[in-house]
Amino acid sequence: MDAPPVDWSVIFGALPNFWRGLQITLMLLAISMSSGLLLSIPLGVLRVSPRRWVSGSVWFYTYVIRGTPLLVQLFMIYFGLAQFEAVRESVAWPLLKSAWFCAWLAFTLNTTAYTTEIVAGALRATPPGELEAARSLGMGTAAIYRRILLPGALRRALPQYGNEVVMMMHATALASTVSIVELTRVARDVYSDHLLPAEAFGTVAVFYFVLTFTLVGIFKLLEQRYLAHLRPKQPERKAG
Amino acid sequence: MLYGYLPAVLEGLVTTLKVSALSLAIACVFGLVGAAARLSESRIARLLAGVYTTLIRGLPELVLMLMIFYGGQMGVNALSDRLGGGYVDIDPFVAGTATLGFIFGAYLTETFRGAILAIPKGQIEAGHAFGLTRLQVARRIVAPQMVRHAIPGFANNWLVMVKATALVSVIGLDDMMHRAGLASASTRQPFTFYAAIACIYLAVTTVSLLALHVLEKRFSLGVRRVDF
Repeated sequence: MDAPPVDWSVIFGALPNFWRGLQITLMLLAISMSSGLLLSIPLGVLRVSPRRWVSGSVWFYTYVIRGTPLLVQLFMIYFGLAQFEAVRESVAWPLLKSAWFCAWLAFTLNTTAYTTEIVAGALRATPPGELEAARSLGMGTAAIYRRILLPGALRRALPQYGNEVVMMMHATALASTVSIVELTRVARDVYSDHLLPAEAFGTVAVFYFVLTFTLVGIFKLLEQRYLAHLRPKQPERKAG
Repeated sequence: MLYGYLPAVLEGLVTTLKVSALSLAIACVFGLVGAAARLSESRIARLLAGVYTTLIRGLPELVLMLMIFYGGQMGVNALSDRLGGGYVDIDPFVAGTATLGFIFGAYLTETFRGAILAIPKGQIEAGHAFGLTRLQVARRIVAPQMVRHAIPGFANNWLVMVKATALVSVIGLDDMMHRAGLASASTRQPFTFYAAIACIYLAVTTVSLLALHVLEKRFSLGVRRVDF
């Protein structure tokens, strides 16, 4: 079976739209990841708290978010909140009815849950000696977190966090279901205009693929920089 | 309860679970073949499996789903045209299940590959030294231990997949997500319905976690653990 020829004119015609979609995708990713990271670090610290009710409540939050589909969370916020008159009449309504705000909120809540667990896991993996040494030097809890625990834990969290960023980048595709014209929406529109699935989804696949590998590359570089001390010593090789 | 829509939502749950279970079975097949290919001695097999896992894991599930669903629709109809058949409408259930299976097969390929690599090589060599055939080594030495190593990754993939079934509603599958959408539209109570199915999803993931915990214990019998 010979494949139908690729209609390049459709692809080239839609490239400006794809380009704008790419910017929207990146914007969604950037705002969600930055707010998510900002929230996850304190929540990660609370998650490893020895006080059961503190760590328990953070656990409950991550458990609920991680146990339900992001699409359901997004729909709950975007379509769901309008059900309540109190919400429709509140001052926050102009925000809450905008797709952008809802997508940002859903993505932030989602990535915060996953990142909190990553941070907590990395904190738990702290070698006990580091903590003992810091305490024996008379450092206070805040100083220990700021100088010892968090710098080490955030480094250890880097590989997993890289995965999380790629996952979230893929998750921004869901914003296409709430009328945000990011990459996937552009592809779906191109498809419904021309009924050419290979052109529409093939092109967007290239965009996502390049994005994925750029992110993976960035995190490789970061790991080289920040996890250099964990690399096994390379035997010195002589050229020739 | 739920304005009389509870039975309809639960019917949707059955579809969701069916899609999940069938996709998992398909993903396991793809995963096992993929892992075998990635660890095989043939360069072509390694290359193909590498392309498969890299390509799939580099793209959003939703895009893959749309691509396979619409692209597949077109491909099947082109083929049917040639063979003189009529218009074929792809069933979203079949398309969704196949697509999810294909996608998560790539993730399971990596899980299974890691699990096989976690088995000490000496055991496999010992098996060969005793004159076991490759198949016997695979069945008696690799498989039972691989299950144990694969369980955490497998559990993770299962949970991600159950949640990913919600996406299949986008291509028209009549699953729980879709039912909730319909019920919200007619009752104008979207929050209630999406919150309700969120609880059901949470129940499914919780039960899965508990079951996998039991499974993990069962397959780790006799494994010594470090006591801290």
